[in-house]
Amino acid sequence: MPFSDEVLARLDADAAQIIGQYPQSRSALIPLLHLVQSEEGYVSADGIGFCAAKLGLTEAEVTGVVTFYTMYKRRPVGKYHVGVCTNTVCGVLGGYQILAELREHLGVDDDEATPDGQVSLEHVECNAACVYAPVVMVNWEFFDNMTPQSARQLADDLRAGNQVTPTRGPGRLVTWREAARILAGFNDDQATDGPAAGPADLVGLKLAKEHGWTAPEPGPVSDQAKEPR
Amino acid sequence: MTDTLTPVLTAHWDQPDIFTIDGYRRAGGWRALPKALGMSRDEVMTVVRNAGLRGRGGAGFGTGAKWGFLPRGDSKPHFLVVNADESEPGACKDVPLMMANPHLLIEGAAIASYAIGAGHAFIYVRGEVLHVIRRLRNAVQEARAAGYLGQNVLGSGFDVEVIIHAGAGAYICGEETALLDSLEGKRGLPRNKPPFPAVAGVYSLPTNVNNVESIATVPSIVLNGADWFAGLGTEKSKGFGIFNLSGHVSTPGTYEAPLGITLRELLELSGGMRGGRRLKFWTAGGSSAGILTDQHLDVPLDFESVAAAGSQLGTRSVQIFDDTTCVVGAVLRWTEFYQHESCGKCTPCREGTFWLVRILDRLEHGDGTEEDVEKLLDICDNINGRAFCALGDSATPPITSAVKYFRDEFLQHHKEGGCPFDPTASTVWSAT
Repeated sequence: MPFSDEVLARLDADAAQIIGQYPQSRSALIPLLHLVQSEEGYVSADGIGFCAAKLGLTEAEVTGVVTFYTMYKRRPVGKYHVGVCTNTVCGVLGGYQILAELREHLGVDDDEATPDGQVSLEHVECNAACVYAPVVMVNWEFFDNMTPQSARQLADDLRAGNQVTPTRGPGRLVTWREAARILAGFNDDQATDGPAAGPADLVGLKLAKEHGWTAPEPGPVSDQAKEPR
Repeated sequence: MTDTLTPVLTAHWDQPDIFTIDGYRRAGGWRALPKALGMSRDEVMTVVRNAGLRGRGGAGFGTGAKWGFLPRGDSKPHFLVVNADESEPGACKDVPLMMANPHLLIEGAAIASYAIGAGHAFIYVRGEVLHVIRRLRNAVQEARAAGYLGQNVLGSGFDVEVIIHAGAGAYICGEETALLDSLEGKRGLPRNKPPFPAVAGVYSLPTNVNNVESIATVPSIVLNGADWFAGLGTEKSKGFGIFNLSGHVSTPGTYEAPLGITLRELLELSGGMRGGRRLKFWTAGGSSAGILTDQHLDVPLDFESVAAAGSQLGTRSVQIFDDTTCVVGAVLRWTEFYQHESCGKCTPCREGTFWLVRILDRLEHGDGTEEDVEKLLDICDNINGRAFCALGDSATPPITSAVKYFRDEFLQHHKEGGCPFDPTASTVWSAT
């Protein structure tokens, strides 16, 4: 359904702000696609048309970009999109089992939402949290050290609308559309929420402090800009 | 004698507000940029070159040398692009760094921009890490308000804008030229080289692409000097780096150490293998580096030694697997990943990874033969060195190394008509 005048006015203002950041306007395409995804929950033909018009591209050019990247969805996903990492470390440590059990528990396949529209599921590749394997993402926030039980509980809580808190992330889990808006370039107010780092990120630092291990103190640095040796 | 661990990049991750500008300043942050602005651009470049910093994104090319490839005295705009698309299987160093200490990266980006004469620095961060994106963007706003970014930085006459650009899900965009195409709003396809990005990068203008950890290391080098950095690590692999230990270890985690530490030392620090089980195979630098075995416990984890052992230091992503793990299944999963992430531009990678997956799948399920193992190696030989970019080359080491060290296990699947391993024994919640 084409965007209403009110929605279009809002999108126009946001798009102008995004495009204004870049020396060349086409660089704004990736964030603009996040923006239209935040409006509809997926990238529709109208969303593609909007981006094409803003950037002076053809709809075919924009569609080619949409289909290249896995985070853009061409049909609605859940309000909470659950990604189970099944790259080798997470998979071997239990991610394969978590994904299989969640598929059965929710009765959905990849990128498919439950009938109530609350939860969809996807297997994801390495999400840069291997020291917390097995890892599950919800709307691209980290849920670390998962088990089949905790994953089922998470899915149930999401379907019931219960509050869930990411392991390393903000206090309030945002919806799929709100997440897309942040990706487009518009922060919510949660940047300073949550821990600086998780426990596994700190094991080396903790050991170093216990043993008094540090990088050496710098010596005199006056000659540092001498010519290459 | 250097200490076993040398936290620099990770030194303040336990400070609860280190991601704010006040917290970062309290930890001694935002002192390197004023110092750099008091030096000439060439002096900053020379310090980084003399330090011997080599790219922390995997390839290990000299960071200062790379900066030096950009033209000087030309009238074209220059660009810095920070590759924050961390997606290598096993790698989780850049994402936690940006979540914990985004100002460190942004200070490094400002210094690097000054050195190469860039007026714009893009931080291309993978999209699948929402809280990292919040933190980066917040840090840029704080730094800009404090006068560290924007017009006339600290009254020096130097202008720089830092733009946080969130990707949309594509491993190939970690390849620097594919990243540049993606940054231009296109499909992330690798470009022909030459021209290299230093000559024709983003918008066909001179561009320098560096990894997050490389750029985040720059402030400490500027503050402490080239000799300080070069005094750590080994002769040719200088300095320190972040090592991620994941998999079947007692305490998976992140350790910052001088290059040249061994897996034996890292395992001691992390409490050894889980349940005292035997180390079967591991990666030194992510899946793309291929696997090593327990005969490589004492290989110094520096660029040269790991290469001499037939692997790569890569991103220091140490993934550890014990003897409950099926190596064929592990390699199959990695290969499915490369097939999925292949951009399709070149035939060896697109078609090769397709067939590698099918043959490995057959082998894993007991339907493969000895000829299939030879066929795998033949296909790898036809991909490696013949693919358009490093993604295709990266798909083959897991397979060739696994066949090299565990050929019998591939054949055992055939003899037994299926996988001889119980996958539940490898999970975190198994009794072992």
